[in-house]
Amino acid sequence: MTAMQLTDRAEAANIKPSMVGQERSRWRPALPVVGAVALVAGLAACVSVKAPDKPIVIELNINIRQEVIYRLAEDADKTINENADIF
Amino acid sequence: MVRVINRKLRRKLALGLGAVAIAGSALVPGTVMAQTSRDPAYAAARSGGQVGEKMDGYLGFVGTPSAGLRAIVEDINIKRKAVYAQKAQANNATLEEYALTAGCLAIMRTAPGEKYQAPDGSWRVRGSEPPLRDSRCP
Repeated sequence: MTAMQLTDRAEAANIKPSMVGQERSRWRPALPVVGAVALVAGLAACVSVKAPDKPIVIELNINIRQEVIYRLAEDADKTINENADIF
Repeated sequence: MVRVINRKLRRKLALGLGAVAIAGSALVPGTVMAQTSRDPAYAAARSGGQVGEKMDGYLGFVGTPSAGLRAIVEDINIKRKAVYAQKAQANNATLEEYALTAGCLAIMRTAPGEKYQAPDGSWRVRGSEPPLRDSRCP
């Protein structure tokens, strides 16, 4: 090998195996930016959907399922008996 | 010398026992405090139809209540909420689920002449027939 060839390869020889992934890591700083963009896009979508306050309460009641009420009925009956002064 | 100490100890013991007795007697009215019957003003407002059982498990005013009645009913509703919250947690349910269940039962228990809230939100006077209730009620 000539002195010139050795000089050319010096750079490649100095790259450690741990530095092989360096090419990819250069993109890492961009990831939070992508996340922020997605978040802003999501927020923008939330702002455009405006739900009135009152129907939400009714919808919560609708979401209560019958089997839950059946499951709680026995205990609630006992509770009413035990707290007769407030029922 | 020893006798003097003994006497002092005895006195201390007697004082301690007295304190325990006083604390005990103070506790007894506490347990009695858990009333088993309705406040007379609340009972009158119920039978008079000024307050009714709502579907959500709380009391509601049928008309405009007096300041006194409002205070009584709001106090009851706060107490109900506290009971619902405790019981809901014990039964792995939400406060609203438990309150709605209790509402179903409380409406079922209304006596003729008392008021309750029908599923359409209107106030009804309980008659001898079964009350109009939410379709999910047991």
